[in-house]
Amino acid sequence: MDHLEKLESKSVFIIREAYANIKNLCMLWSIGKDSTVLLWLARKAFFGHVPFPLIHIDTNFKIPEMIEYRDRLARDWKLNMIYGQNEEALKNKETYPDGNIDRISCCNKLKTETLINTLNGNWKRFKLNHITGQYEIDRSSDSYNGVILGIRADEEGSRSKERYFSARNLESNWEIENQPPEFWNQYKTEFAEGTHVRIHPLLDWTELNIWEYIKKENVPTVSLYYNNVNGKRYRSLGCYTCTFPIASNAKNVDEIICELKTGQLKNTAERSGRAQDIEDGGGLETLRRSGYM
Amino acid sequence: MLNEQMNIVIAGHVDHGKSTIIGRLLSDTHSLPDGKIETIKKYCEVNSKPFEYAFILDALKEERSQGITIDSTRVFFNSSKRSYIIIDAPGHSEFLKNMISGASRAEAALLVIDAKEGVQENSKRHGYMLSMLGIKQIAVVINKMDLIGYNRDSFNSIKNEYSEFLKSININSLNYVPVSAREGENIISRNGSLRWYDGPTILEILDCFIKERVEDNLPFRMHVQDIYKFTNDEDDRRIIAGLVESGKIAVGEEIIFYPSGKKSNIKSIEGFNSQSKSEASAGNSTGFTLTDQVFITRGELACKTGEPAPKIGNRIKVNLFWLGINAFVKGREYLFKIGTLKVKAKLEEIHKIINSSDLSVINFKDEIIRNQAAECIISLNKAAAFDVINELKQTGRFVIVDEYEIAGGGIITECLDDGLSGIRENVALRNIKWKKSTITVDERINKYNQIPKMILITGAKGSGRTEVARGLEKILFDEGKLVYYLGIGSIKYGIDADIKNETGKREEHLRRFGETANIILDSGMILIAAAQNINNLELEVIKTEIYPFEAKVIYTGDEILTDVQIDLKVAGINNIEQSIVSAKKYLFNIE
Repeated sequence: MDHLEKLESKSVFIIREAYANIKNLCMLWSIGKDSTVLLWLARKAFFGHVPFPLIHIDTNFKIPEMIEYRDRLARDWKLNMIYGQNEEALKNKETYPDGNIDRISCCNKLKTETLINTLNGNWKRFKLNHITGQYEIDRSSDSYNGVILGIRADEEGSRSKERYFSARNLESNWEIENQPPEFWNQYKTEFAEGTHVRIHPLLDWTELNIWEYIKKENVPTVSLYYNNVNGKRYRSLGCYTCTFPIASNAKNVDEIICELKTGQLKNTAERSGRAQDIEDGGGLETLRRSGYM
Repeated sequence: MLNEQMNIVIAGHVDHGKSTIIGRLLSDTHSLPDGKIETIKKYCEVNSKPFEYAFILDALKEERSQGITIDSTRVFFNSSKRSYIIIDAPGHSEFLKNMISGASRAEAALLVIDAKEGVQENSKRHGYMLSMLGIKQIAVVINKMDLIGYNRDSFNSIKNEYSEFLKSININSLNYVPVSAREGENIISRNGSLRWYDGPTILEILDCFIKERVEDNLPFRMHVQDIYKFTNDEDDRRIIAGLVESGKIAVGEEIIFYPSGKKSNIKSIEGFNSQSKSEASAGNSTGFTLTDQVFITRGELACKTGEPAPKIGNRIKVNLFWLGINAFVKGREYLFKIGTLKVKAKLEEIHKIINSSDLSVINFKDEIIRNQAAECIISLNKAAAFDVINELKQTGRFVIVDEYEIAGGGIITECLDDGLSGIRENVALRNIKWKKSTITVDERINKYNQIPKMILITGAKGSGRTEVARGLEKILFDEGKLVYYLGIGSIKYGIDADIKNETGKREEHLRRFGETANIILDSGMILIAAAQNINNLELEVIKTEIYPFEAKVIYTGDEILTDVQIDLKVAGINNIEQSIVSAKKYLFNIE
């Protein structure tokens, strides 16, 4: 087994453990490369099927290619696709792009709050109808108590401390000091009523591993990751107002891998194009403690 | 550079310099993102603190302020040979569970000892834990050599003391490395302060650790993780999924599932977006289909015919370490997890308690408290399949869950007799010889929309058990369930006619009852049985007979008069109506 097979095998095991142990399970799909690899791993785990819904938190400021790509894959792969949105904040223009609040507060409103209220079913959810090809209001408002996420330990400090199975209380708080032990493929799979759990199958993957795997498996990715015309590409995807492309000539997966291994990106952080991290003092800790993923 | 990744843990007592060593390693090998050091230096300046290499790791704000590592942190780093994940384990006793979580992911370890302070409590405790976790490759790093003037004799005396200790727990460490992380001496290069030392640097040691081979020459073992059938998407494959823990299997080979003893052949090995495979080996998360649709459940251990069989039993002798806030005590119910199997368990007996920080033995204790290790006997309420650690380590490890948290872990050293091995062999033979129908248990479950199970209603004479049983049968029947009531006394004059007057036939009587129950369950029915004051051993006989169908025990009456492990207690004769309702509600909840 090479290192990618090992990573794949462990991630598949974790996804299957989540499915076997958690009743209302879903997977968060940000459309980015990591969570798309995660989705691919779910299809590996269940032999082509994805037996739980994919949730996308749509801030309404996502780059349009991302939404097109999401809906194309959702149709082709017959995904149970759901998205959530902070309709209230968008209507009242309480956003950073509208110039009314700062970046961190905007992330909190459009992402964190939306995520919490989409998962617990308090807010409307929009579900893809595969017959009409349109999204319609999801009739179910069941709370999801398990979310599979594509975070990686090498992304930034607080993520390097995560467990594969991480329980959060009702307020989504993360008690970093008091995480349960995990060893020998045994995870926290017993929960008190009202707990929700985040599952992190990609913790041990690096950015390079992700690209190597995309190449190996030929996983479809959004075109924004590649330099298509102007010598710029996105290294990490988010809202167009706060995520900026980097200068790069990498036109395909091979060139990205080469760039990560030897080229200009060897020594710069992946999220360097994310403005909200810088506002948070260089880390995501403030955001993540309150439920940001 | 090899396309290879290795996980290394850095363990040792608090403040002996683990984080500093890693910080140095990252910095000296230029593995940090541009500007990282400058950011930290600036932070130190603003907060009037001297810069330390350990800060590189202390990504979390409160760790920076307390100056200790709380949780294992993963750091990614490359040498010219391969890539590494370095796991920084906390050295504080309070965070032993975090140290274990980190260390269990590692293939090799660096154990750090402060040259000035010498061997401390957690130097030994961490060594012991590494050995329990099964990590064999350990290099000992004597750090802060600058504080003792790079003195060779002091180095040797620590080396001698610690190697004695490691020997006592069966670890041979060949490498003892003197370093000064603060001065960067002997981390990736020799700066000349250690002329008397001609061994490897830390970086060289890392590159010398040997990648553990995938052990596919061992017997095949795979805990069944799930059985998938995604019929909604017009896929009629029934796939047994799991992670191969050791050995390998190929299409056409015969598989036996333990403890049920059910057998079938591998029809295909399934995959997604991969070339068709004819084999799966240790380390693979795989899935296969079978030629016969045998009924098995998550948690069973898949093994291969012709290879050494696992042990099956419900009393085991173990070595364990305890991490729970509450002590491990007798009389309380815990969950025992081995692979994907989960069963209820109790602490039966403590043989000895070992203080893991100095290996001294504490006698005459009736509980195991946090950070202690112990040799003890655990009894499970249902038989499990496993291996003893000396034969196969992958399937000889377990964890104990207290309430909702993993509170302990351990290795199985012996399978103890539980008096059921005869019955178990008989059941395994019966399952092998069983003439199979073309209709599978799964098909019956789908058709009847119910999972066959036994509801055993027991209690004292006159406690209302037959009334509750019959009432429950009626109420389920009226709701359209396929259900059957069988009083254990009913078989006395029929099936048991030949032994009804003989004494000492209680076990045979229960065996026959269990065989009868198994036929009824196999037909897809819900069986409601009533029996007077069943004890736990008797229940075990019945459970062994009907495995993998489940038996749920409902006790009627106020006071429980036997040692039987029950799932629900109802009032019985004093309130039959309400007893029936709560029994039904319970069944509805477990469906």
